[in-house]
Amino acid sequence: MRRLPTPPPSSEITPEARYLRRREILKSAGLFVGTAAAMGTGLVALTGRGRRATITAEPLPAGLVVPSASAAPTAPSSSAAARNPFTTDEPRTPYEDVTTYNNYYELGLDKEDPARNAKTLKPRPWTVVFEGEIKKPQRVDIDTLLKWFPLEERVYRMRCVETWSMVIPWLGFPLGKLLERLEPTSRAKYVAFNTLMDPEQLPFQLTDVLEWPYREGLRLDEAMHPLTMLAAGLYGKSLPGQNGAPLRLVVPWKYGFKGIKSIVRIALVEKEPQTSWNMAAPREYGFYANVNPQVAHPRWSQAMERRIGDLEKRPTLPFNGYAEEVASLYAGMDLRMSY
Amino acid sequence: MATSVLPTPDKPAAPRAGAGKLGWLVPAIVTGGLVPAVVLAARAARGDLGANPIAEAMNQLGLLALVLLVLSLAATPLQIVTGWKWPIRIRKALGLLGFFYVCAHFLVYAVVDQSLALRAIASDITKRPFILVGFAGFVLLLPLAATSTAKALKRMGFARWKRLHRLAYVVAILGVVHFVMRVKKDVTEPAIYGAVLAGLFLIRIMNWARERGNKRG
Repeated sequence: MRRLPTPPPSSEITPEARYLRRREILKSAGLFVGTAAAMGTGLVALTGRGRRATITAEPLPAGLVVPSASAAPTAPSSSAAARNPFTTDEPRTPYEDVTTYNNYYELGLDKEDPARNAKTLKPRPWTVVFEGEIKKPQRVDIDTLLKWFPLEERVYRMRCVETWSMVIPWLGFPLGKLLERLEPTSRAKYVAFNTLMDPEQLPFQLTDVLEWPYREGLRLDEAMHPLTMLAAGLYGKSLPGQNGAPLRLVVPWKYGFKGIKSIVRIALVEKEPQTSWNMAAPREYGFYANVNPQVAHPRWSQAMERRIGDLEKRPTLPFNGYAEEVASLYAGMDLRMSY
Repeated sequence: MATSVLPTPDKPAAPRAGAGKLGWLVPAIVTGGLVPAVVLAARAARGDLGANPIAEAMNQLGLLALVLLVLSLAATPLQIVTGWKWPIRIRKALGLLGFFYVCAHFLVYAVVDQSLALRAIASDITKRPFILVGFAGFVLLLPLAATSTAKALKRMGFARWKRLHRLAYVVAILGVVHFVMRVKKDVTEPAIYGAVLAGLFLIRIMNWARERGNKRG
C-alpha cells in the first residue's frame, strides 16, 4: 500500500485571503511599474536634451592658398619666446565642441540646435556685396573672394557674453586687407555687416526672437586692426554651417556675438550702424562689446569664465587677453559707458 | 488536526495612511520622479552632456524643480475640476521631489559652478537679481519641506499649516521669474510655465469664489 505524501505543515499553506489577492498584487505591481515609467520618461523628455549631432568636417574648396598643416603660425616675430597674439599656445577646444555648442539663433535657440539644423544653410553658391563709402563697390562670388588673399591659420580665444570661452584655430584673412582693396572714401567711419536673410535657409528668421537679418558693426579702426579677421574655415576645414559658413567675422577681443555669421553684405558707412543685440536689449549689449571683466552684464558678472572642457572657472582678462594690442584704440573712452 | 472550519478571509490590508487600493501610487511617483536624476548622473559620468556639462546639468535640474513644483500645485485644481481624490495623495511627493531638485540645482551651482567660493556666491546673490530670485525661492522652500510631515501638520494645526504652504505658489512664481531672467532673449519656455501657473491659480480663485457664494446663498 502506498503512502500518501506528507502534507505540508499548515504554517506553510498560503492563507486564502492572500491567495485571492495574488491578482490584485500583480495588478498593483503593473500599475506601479507603468506609472513610474510614464512619470520618468515624461520628465526626461520634458527636461532632458537630446544627443548632439555628429559633425563631419568638409574639406576646403580646391584652389585656395592654404597654410600647410605643419606651417608655422603667421607671427611677425620669429622668436619662439616672443608674445604672439595671432596664435595662442593654450590648448585648443576640441573640434566636436566647437561645432556642436553654438549660438546661431537663425538655426535654433539651444546650443546644440544649430549643429542639428545647419543642413538647410547652403554655403554655395554665395555672393557677398561690398557697398557704401568705397571707391570699388561690387558683388563677388565667395570662391573668387577667397582667392584674393592667402588664408592664414590663427588660434584665438573666443569669449562668449554668456561667460564661457573656447580656443579656436580659424582659417581666414585680415579684414583690413579686404577693406584696403575696396578703398574706403574719406567719409567711411564704420563698417556694417549683414547676415543672409532667407528663412528657407535660416528657418528661425520666421520667429521674432531678434530683428532679422542679424547685423553687426565695427568702427573703421577696429575693422582695420590686424587681429580682426574674416574666417572661412576652422581646424583646417571649411566652416560648418553652425559656425557661420561660408564667411564670418572674428574679433577676438570682443564678445562672441560681434562675430557675425554667414555674411552677405559689408558696407562702409559714416554713422555708427545698428547692431542686433544692441537693438534687442540696449542696456545689456552695447555697440562696442569689448570683453571687460570690470563691467558686469546687468544680470550676471563678467569677472569669470568657464573654458569649455574645464571644471573650474578662470578670471576673464581685459579685452580677452588682447589688451596690449587693442587697448590704445579706446584711449580716453569711458568703457563703462561705451560697453 | 486542523478543524474544517473555514476561516473568514482577512480584512484587506490594514488601512495605513497612503496604503489601500492605491498603495502603489506614491512609490511609483517617487521612483519615476527620481529617474531623471539617475539619467542625468549616468550621462554626466559618460561625458554625454555636451560641451558645457555644468551649465547643462544646472539647466536640467532647475527645469525639473520647476516642473515638479508646478505639478504639485496642479493637484488641488485637478481635484477641483475632476473630483478625483488621487491627485491630493501625490501632492506631497511631488512637492518634495521638487525640493530635492531645487537642492541639487543649488548644490551644483555652489559646489561645482562656483567651487564653493563663498564670497563670490554671496556677491552673486546680493548683486544679481536673477540669482537673488532663485535663492529666495530656495530659502522659502525650506520651511515647507520641514513641515511636510503629518506630525508637523498636527502640531501646527491645519489652518496655519495651509496658510504657510500657500508659499508654494510664491516659490513657483519666483522659479518662473528666475527662468525668465536667465534666458538671453527667447522667453517662450518660461512663459509657458507662467501661463500654466496662472491657469492653476485661476481655478482655485474661481472655486474659492463659488464656495463663498454657496455659503452666502
